[in-house]
Amino acid sequence: MDFISAFMVNSTVQAITPILLAALAGCLCGRVGVFNIAMEGQLLIGAFCAVAGSHYTGSAALGVAAALVGTVVFSLILAYGATVFRGDAVVICIGMNLLAAGLTAYLLRQLFGVSGVFSDPNIAELAKIRISSIQSIPWLGWIVSRQTVLTYLCWALTAIVAYVLFRTPVGLRMRGVGEDPEAAQSMGVDVRRYRVVTVLVAGALTGLGGAQLSLGTVGIFSEGMSAGRGWIAVVAVMLGRDNPLLAALACVLFGIADALSVKLQSQGLPNQLTDIVPYVVTLAALVVSYRRKRDRRPASAEAAAA
Amino acid sequence: MSENTVTPRRAALRLPAVPMAILIGVVIGGLLVLVSGGNPFNAYWRILVGSLAPANWPDTLNWAVPLVGMTIAAAIPLRGGMVNLGGDGQLAIGGFVAAVLPVLLPQILPLPGPLLALVAILAAMLAAGLYAALAAFGEVRFGIPMLISSLLLSYPAIGLTSYFVGFPLRDTATGLSQTAMIPEGARLATISGPLNIGLLLILVVAGLVLYVDRRTVFGYELRMRGLNPRFTAYGGVKPGPQMLRTLFASGAIAGLVGAIIVLGSLYRFQDGALLTPGYTWSGLMAALLANGEPLGAMVAGLFFAALQTGGFAMQRETEIPRVLTMILQAIIILFLAIRHGVVRRA
Repeated sequence: MDFISAFMVNSTVQAITPILLAALAGCLCGRVGVFNIAMEGQLLIGAFCAVAGSHYTGSAALGVAAALVGTVVFSLILAYGATVFRGDAVVICIGMNLLAAGLTAYLLRQLFGVSGVFSDPNIAELAKIRISSIQSIPWLGWIVSRQTVLTYLCWALTAIVAYVLFRTPVGLRMRGVGEDPEAAQSMGVDVRRYRVVTVLVAGALTGLGGAQLSLGTVGIFSEGMSAGRGWIAVVAVMLGRDNPLLAALACVLFGIADALSVKLQSQGLPNQLTDIVPYVVTLAALVVSYRRKRDRRPASAEAAAA
Repeated sequence: MSENTVTPRRAALRLPAVPMAILIGVVIGGLLVLVSGGNPFNAYWRILVGSLAPANWPDTLNWAVPLVGMTIAAAIPLRGGMVNLGGDGQLAIGGFVAAVLPVLLPQILPLPGPLLALVAILAAMLAAGLYAALAAFGEVRFGIPMLISSLLLSYPAIGLTSYFVGFPLRDTATGLSQTAMIPEGARLATISGPLNIGLLLILVVAGLVLYVDRRTVFGYELRMRGLNPRFTAYGGVKPGPQMLRTLFASGAIAGLVGAIIVLGSLYRFQDGALLTPGYTWSGLMAALLANGEPLGAMVAGLFFAALQTGGFAMQRETEIPRVLTMILQAIIILFLAIRHGVVRRA
C-alpha cells in the first residue's frame, strides 16, 4: 500500500461524493413516486451556484449555501410540475437538464465573461479537513482524513436518509405515498405535499453534490462539468431499488470504476478509452442486476408510475 | 382543456398550448436578456432576420437538415410511447462509419464514387440502427429501462469513435483528431451554397416516415402502443419485436444524419464535430413539442433550426450568447409539459 494508491483511494472517495448525494436524492424521489432523472442538471446548477456564490462572497460556506438555494429553487420546476400540474416527470426532467446546461452556459458568459471554463483566485475552495488523530495512521489516514466536509456529510446523510425512510413515521408515509398514493391519501397523508417537499429536499442534496463538484477539489466551473454523474446516480438508484444503502454501494462500485479508469490512464492508455470504463461498468452492473431479477415487473412500469 | 384529454394525439401541434408556450419562452428569455444588460427586442429582431431573411434561408435549411433528421429519430419511438436518449451515440457511430468506409473500402473493393457513398450511408444506418436496438434488447431481454440504457450506451460509442479518430485512424497529415478526407467522388453533391443532396435524403425520409405513420400497419400499431401499450399487446402486437424494430428505425435515421453531415459537409470525421451543435437534444425537444406526431415534430424541428440559426446572427450582432436559444427551447418544453402534460406513456 504505497503513497500513490492511498492518494488514489482518497480521490476516489472524493469522486463518489457528488454521485452519492445525487443518488440519495433519487432514492427519496423514487420512494415518493416521482421519477427524478434531472440530477444531471441539478448537479450542474449546484456547481454553478457554488462557484458564483464563492466568487462573490469569498467564502466557500456561502458558496455551498448558494448551491443549496439555487438547486432548491431550480427543483421547484419538478416539485410542482410533476405534482400540482400533473406534468410527465420524464419530460420535465429532460427539459430541466437542457435548461440547466443552457442557463449555466449563458450565465457563465454574461456574469463572468468567459466560455468553457471559469477559474478565478477569488473562488474559495472547500477546506480539506485534517483529523489529526486519524491522519497519523499510515494508509487509512490518507483516505479518511483530508476530505471536504461534504464528503463526510454525504455518508452521514446516507445513514440519515435510510433511517428516516425505514425507521420513522415520516418515512413510512413517504413510502406509502410512492407505493399507493390513493391509499395514502385516504389515510390522511397529503400526497402532493409529501412529494413537493421530498423533491425539494432531494434538490438540496443534489445541490450539495454540485458544490462538491465545483468547490471540492480546485474551485472551477466548466460547462457540462456534471459529465454524466447525474445519470450514473440514476443508475445507482435503479440498482439500489430506491434503497439508499444499496444505492451507496452502487456508488462505491462506480467510484472504483472511476479510479480504475484513472489508473489505466496513468498506465498510458488514451483517456478516450479510459473515460468509458465507468459507463461500461455501469452497463454491466445493470445487466447483471436485472438478469437476476427478470421475473419482476417490466422496468418501464417504474417510469409510468412517476 | 377537455379536447386534449379526449383526443390527445389527434392535433399535430396543439395550437392553443404551443404558441402560448413559445410566447412564455420568448418572454422569460427576453427578461433574461434584459437582466443581463442586453436589449431583448434587438436580440429577437436579430434572430428573426438571421434566420428568415431570404438571404439566410440556405443557412437555416442547412442547419435544419440534421436537426429535423434527429427530430424524426426522436419522434419515432416517442410515437409509441418510448424514449431514445442515445441519439448522440448513434449519431457518432453513423458519422464514424460513413467517414471510415469511403477511405478504407476502396483499398479492397474499388467502387465508383456514388456507389461508395450509398454503401457508406447504408452501412452507417445499419450500424447506428443496431446500436440503438441494443438498448431495446436490454429492455426486452433483461428489463433494463431503455430510457437510461440508451443514454448510457452513448458514452462508450462516443469514447470509442473518439479513440479511433485520435489514434489508429487519425489523419497524420493534420494535427487534429480527424480521419483522412473522403475521396471526392463519394461526397454528396452540392445543390447550392451550403446545401447538398442530404437535404433531399432527409425530405425522402420525412415523406417515408409520414407514410409509414399514416398508411401502414407498423405505423398504426406504433401509434396504438403510444395510446395504450397493454391494449396493443392484448390485440396481438408483440411488444418486444416492436420495440426492437422501432429503435432500429430511430437509430438508423440518427446514423443517416451522421452520414449526411460527414459525406455532405465535413468530408471527414472530426472528434466532437457531430455532437457539439446539440442536434440530438434539440431534436428530442422538437419531437416532444409535437408529442411524437411526425409532421408536427418536423415543423417544430424547422422552428428550432430557425431559432438556432438566428442565434448565430444574434451572437454576432449583439454579443448575447446564442445558448439563449437553448434556454428558450427548454422553457418551451417545460411549459408545455407542466401546463398541458405532454403525455408520454411507457
